[in-house]
Amino acid sequence: MNQWAFVIAAYAVTFAGTGGLVAWALAGMRRAEAQAERLRDPR
Amino acid sequence: MHRFANPARFLKIARPATGWLLAIGVVLIAIGAAGGLFVTPPDYLQGETARILYIHVPTAWLGMGGWSAIAIASLAQIVWRHPLAGVAARATAPVGAMFTFLCLATGSIWGRPTWGTWWEWDGRLTSMLILLFLYFGYIALSAAERERGPDGRVSAIFGLVGAVNIPIIHFSVQWWNTLHQAESIELTGTTIAPELLWPLPFTLFGFSALFGALVLMRMRTELAQTRIEARLKRAVAE
Repeated sequence: MNQWAFVIAAYAVTFAGTGGLVAWALAGMRRAEAQAERLRDPR
Repeated sequence: MHRFANPARFLKIARPATGWLLAIGVVLIAIGAAGGLFVTPPDYLQGETARILYIHVPTAWLGMGGWSAIAIASLAQIVWRHPLAGVAARATAPVGAMFTFLCLATGSIWGRPTWGTWWEWDGRLTSMLILLFLYFGYIALSAAERERGPDGRVSAIFGLVGAVNIPIIHFSVQWWNTLHQAESIELTGTTIAPELLWPLPFTLFGFSALFGALVLMRMRTELAQTRIEARLKRAVAE
């Protein structure tokens, strides 16, 4: 049994999960803040 | 704590803090992961699979830490009616759920070559799986409750009650002597050799900084959505 295959799989799952979460959170935040800025009362 | 109850004051601190925490997190994780993968020697007993500990331990701590944060925020929401407490709890839930899932996934990947099985209904694994289901329940409940209004008391009570599972997870390896080993790191010391241990603080603080950045991003998103809803309501009223 090649132990490195399990090590690489564990790191790949972790980086894919956290990377995907960062991308989702960052995109959602930027979209919401941009929309809030567009709707800002000009007065 | 009420100094930060004003969303404008909170955002003034949160905006620069988000970028800093994200950058610090990425750098520390990169150092810790590189050290754990390429610098430390293999463990004398577990071989190369011991390298999984550098990501498994931080995800486990942050999965539990996330629910502890939800419980503290829920208490602040119920007792002091802190206006940002509910926002903080709701922002923490998806991040904590992801780290709990990663803890279970990396533990399962480690278990196959070490224990000979992907999964075992042992006390630690089962209580961690229950934590993941608690996160899912909290996310669904708080989303449904937010649609009805800003109160969020039911999800706050759920956040407090769910905290019962945290000491169960912590003490599970002492109460039930099954496959999962006892704690290797305690406040009083560690059983891990120093040449294997040193990357762990890097990944631990790195993932913690990343966790903080993610919670701040979700809080900023929810505060922006609240502003959008308020401005749309005002526009319709005019």
